[in-house]
Amino acid sequence: MKVAVLRFPGTNCEFDTQYAFEKLGHTTELVWHENEKLPENIDLVVVPGGFSYGDYLRSGSIARFSPVMKAVINYANNGGKVLGICNGFQILTEAGLLPGALKRNNDLHFISKHQNLCVINNDNAFLNKCTKGEVLNIPIAHADGNYYIDDAGFKKLEENEQVLLRYSDAEGNPVIVNGSVTSIAGVCNEAKNVFGLMPHPERALEAILGSVDGVRMLKGFDA
Amino acid sequence: MTAVVNVFLKDGVLDPQGKAAHHALDSLGFDGVSDVRIGKQIIIKLDTSDKTKAEAEVKEMCETLLANTVIEDYTIEID
Repeated sequence: MKVAVLRFPGTNCEFDTQYAFEKLGHTTELVWHENEKLPENIDLVVVPGGFSYGDYLRSGSIARFSPVMKAVINYANNGGKVLGICNGFQILTEAGLLPGALKRNNDLHFISKHQNLCVINNDNAFLNKCTKGEVLNIPIAHADGNYYIDDAGFKKLEENEQVLLRYSDAEGNPVIVNGSVTSIAGVCNEAKNVFGLMPHPERALEAILGSVDGVRMLKGFDA
Repeated sequence: MTAVVNVFLKDGVLDPQGKAAHHALDSLGFDGVSDVRIGKQIIIKLDTSDKTKAEAEVKEMCETLLANTVIEDYTIEID
């Protein structure tokens, strides 16, 4: 599999993301935000974490208008698979590729810790190697991870099985971490080719660093 | 012309910063505060002197970039 990893001014998880996909046996290519085209023959675009454009105005709001994002929107609208992690999730909601928005954590803190997540839906190209109700331990690190969607939008998410993950305890019961609507930690679009989550699976690949649960998540994209 | 844009979280969307400031005001003994909302103000200098044109343009700026209408409302004042 060939993975394009985007890079904006202020992105800081691009090398971890490359490392993760290369460790899983894939080839990767960094793509600078000024590029108007994505590389040829790619299987996945990853919008990695960081602080694109210093989080000015709103997290992801400026990056969303980068030349490369036009290509990503096109790619996604033609069925191409896109994964947004943390700031990447924020960028994809700002771009309208994913429903809802991410606002400041309810307690106003930057939260950085390992967090249990419950797999809510796995019938998609991302979490198909995980089982429903399974609890994964993945690091989170964000100030603006408080997922908001209105009632009508939430109903659609539920009906179409677009909620991917919820913050949970070790038994899989939802817990309040940042104030997200029903503790949502990740969602996908209606067509299930665009995925976004606040937790960092690329930081959970080595037992010595506390968890290998990210491997199972990222392996979902293997053909 | 100058456009002053105020962006606030929509009513019904919890404003954690406003809530924290409200709590602090209560702690300081300022009674009778029923709500605090914190937003941002964006001041834009425009070349045009056509107010109608300016209003339309700034509205487009708000819808496109300055506000995220999923969670935010905005007001525009032009002088």
